[in-house]
Amino acid sequence: MIDVLYFAWVRERIGLPKEQVETSATTVAELVDELVAREERYAAAFADRDALRVAVDQDLTDFSASLAGVREVAFFPPMTGG
Amino acid sequence: MTVRVQEATFDFGAEANAFATGRTDAGAVVTFTGIVRDLATTELSKMVIEHYPGMTERALEKIEAEARDRWDLRDCLIIHRYGPMEPGDMIMMVATASPHRVDAFEAAEFLMDYLKSRAPFWKKEYTGDGEDWVAAKDEDEDALSRWD
Repeated sequence: MIDVLYFAWVRERIGLPKEQVETSATTVAELVDELVAREERYAAAFADRDALRVAVDQDLTDFSASLAGVREVAFFPPMTGG
Repeated sequence: MTVRVQEATFDFGAEANAFATGRTDAGAVVTFTGIVRDLATTELSKMVIEHYPGMTERALEKIEAEARDRWDLRDCLIIHRYGPMEPGDMIMMVATASPHRVDAFEAAEFLMDYLKSRAPFWKKEYTGDGEDWVAAKDEDEDALSRWD
């Protein structure tokens, strides 16, 4: 089981901030493929992957990152701090 | 070296004073404060900042450690708020202390450039036209390349 977190408009499109996902995906990209295949709201949120950022166990990474031993994956738009 | 992520407002004057007072190790202190501004075409009534608890603190600590590696800093402070804010409210501040003015200025700019695009905060603006997430700007990403 992996905790999957969503922030900002990704959270709004999917309709929840966090869920536990049972997955056989080995990379972030495969996890996204699984989610997109589930329901339209996931497809809408992940329609443009270039517009998204991903963190694995709270470190920024990219969609090719491995999920081996990972507890937490988060998806969100580019950050706007400061 | 201090990183604080908080919903509550902060007293910029008191924070800057506490940071700068009694220092004999650093002749230069630079501070920067970010304030909610109303640049929307219709009146901005509110801004809400969302963040990623846990990762936010981690990311800011990483950025701060990177600044300490690059410049001769004796101290460093980052305060960043989340939650609802109104125009004129202070969003965040950084302060740097160094024996050298250039180090204090550059490190403060570096901290700002990095926390804008690498710390997990997202701003949402509420105006007369409704609510909208603030889009990241290309120039904010470009600003990072000068530190490569």
